[in-house]
Amino acid sequence: MDTANTAHSEGPSAFAKPGEQESKAAKTEATAGSALRSSAAWDGSSAAPAQPKAAELELRKVSKSYPGQREAAIAELSFTVPAGEVCVLVGPSGSGKTTTMRLINRMIPLSGGDILLGGRSVLERDARELRREIGYVIQQIGLFPHQTVGENIATVPGLLGWPKERTAARVTELMQLIGLDPEMASRYPAQLSGGQRQRVGVARALAADPPLMLMDEPFGAIDPINRTRLQDEFLALQAKVRKTIVFVTHDIDEAIKMGDRIAILREGGHLAQYDTPREILTHPADDFVAEFVGADRGIKRLSLTKLSELKLASPNGAQPGTLRASPETSVRDALSMILTANGAPLAVVDGEEQVQGVLTLSAIEQLLADEAAA
Amino acid sequence: MRPRREIGPTEATEVSALAASGPVIPNFGANSSKCVVENRFFCGEWVSKNWDSVLWPALRQHVLLTAIAVGIGFAISMALALAAHRYGWLERPTILATTTLYTIPSLALFELLVAPVGANIFAAEIALVSYTLLILFRNILTGLREVPDEVLDAAEGMGMSRRQTLLRVELPLALPAIVAGLRIAVVTIIALATIVYTIYNKGLGVPIHTALGEGPFKTELIAAGALTVLLALAADGLLVLLQRALTPWTRAR
Repeated sequence: MDTANTAHSEGPSAFAKPGEQESKAAKTEATAGSALRSSAAWDGSSAAPAQPKAAELELRKVSKSYPGQREAAIAELSFTVPAGEVCVLVGPSGSGKTTTMRLINRMIPLSGGDILLGGRSVLERDARELRREIGYVIQQIGLFPHQTVGENIATVPGLLGWPKERTAARVTELMQLIGLDPEMASRYPAQLSGGQRQRVGVARALAADPPLMLMDEPFGAIDPINRTRLQDEFLALQAKVRKTIVFVTHDIDEAIKMGDRIAILREGGHLAQYDTPREILTHPADDFVAEFVGADRGIKRLSLTKLSELKLASPNGAQPGTLRASPETSVRDALSMILTANGAPLAVVDGEEQVQGVLTLSAIEQLLADEAAA
Repeated sequence: MRPRREIGPTEATEVSALAASGPVIPNFGANSSKCVVENRFFCGEWVSKNWDSVLWPALRQHVLLTAIAVGIGFAISMALALAAHRYGWLERPTILATTTLYTIPSLALFELLVAPVGANIFAAEIALVSYTLLILFRNILTGLREVPDEVLDAAEGMGMSRRQTLLRVELPLALPAIVAGLRIAVVTIIALATIVYTIYNKGLGVPIHTALGEGPFKTELIAAGALTVLLALAADGLLVLLQRALTPWTRAR
């Protein structure tokens, strides 16, 4: 799994985001930045030790076996998640994704190996203190039904003994960050929609500005439309907060979309491949990975590339046809449009209605060939 | 005014012997009104005349008997339920023991306690408390167990200790079930405390018993009986209000 670093450092961003959203994220970056700075200042002023914004996570030959079971649930699992990156654990059921996640915050005790957070072994930490430093989001969210949204978000600050004013300011800040009206802080979870509850769950996990977040199928129980929206929102949020995140899912499409890196696990907690989404889709390590990512991995790969990243054929003064798309469209979507139009070329049109280039089926062929050769 | 008599267990047997021998003609003394002498259905003036001397003290004693029994019963049940919540194997023996207590006929239990404890408030309260345990224990334990798993998972994952989880999450979420148990226990004990008079001469059972021994004397019987019912309804209503105040989240939709 040593290819990961090199593969990640070059080429376009590991997950293709609609550019509109990226620019939105850039615009709000200033606010989020100041929010983080102010929380850092809070940390400095309080008695608690200053927390890093994000920390590197390293698993070293981690294993977990249960008494009475011959096969280990996790066997010698090693990988490193650089600070501020999203690592998606994906695999079939029984592959130990959730177990791995729960080993990290010691909700399940390790049988062997070590886990280092920010270079420090989690084993030498008090388990409860450790968990207060690790954001925790689960599929069923687990909001406290008897507490208001504000009280829910304030849970970990409360455990850490923050002063009331600081907690209140942080709750308001987080409500804004997740796009909820701060007035909703006095509502109860039962009064929120599923999507809103999930956002509150994320805000609650972020409350004490943890260096690491664990997310176990956080969008698994949400309908597909809202799921896509929450995923996009989450990526925009991550662009601001830049946490180290371990994200568990069984959905390879979600893994490709959300992950800077993907760890594909197979039964028995063996690491089949740990790499960037592009690398996994282009060069699956073995048949298991190839089968897991699906026969349509070529198509999936196209979703990682935006039209603006391609060298397009010049329009040659030709009038653009009926097919038009913005430079931020993914090649996958563009291909779909071309195929729907029976192979007609597609004009890439910028915001000023200027034709920047033309995309044809042969250009897509060339792209796939180039990537396979890389 | 009608002369009051203290009625103890001995006299109680006397009265029932009398009752068995034929209709008793009530003798309410020379000062009694026509209504009382004729033992009409309900004589308001008797109630107002005897409120301070008979009914009000009995009502106060009844409230006290109930409050002590439910208070102690709640404390014991809570301790047992918390223990059984943590150590699951304790549930079966506790259910067995409290069910056994619950099924002992109340009159027999009161009399059984007189020999070791004496015919006093202790015997009365021991008996009453033993009838609250099954109801309260079951409800508290059910409430604690019904807390959703994902809520407990989140609490643990955020770094709450067992104690913090219990105090901040489990007990608040168990409140509706706990209050539901308290409501049943309080109403049960208010009804049951009317037979405490057989060993301890206090509570609304005293005027009820007196009235039964006098014909029955309808006004006193109805007044004391109605007070018992009203007390139960009032206590139940108070607990409902308490629950509404403590669990605003159950109504948030």
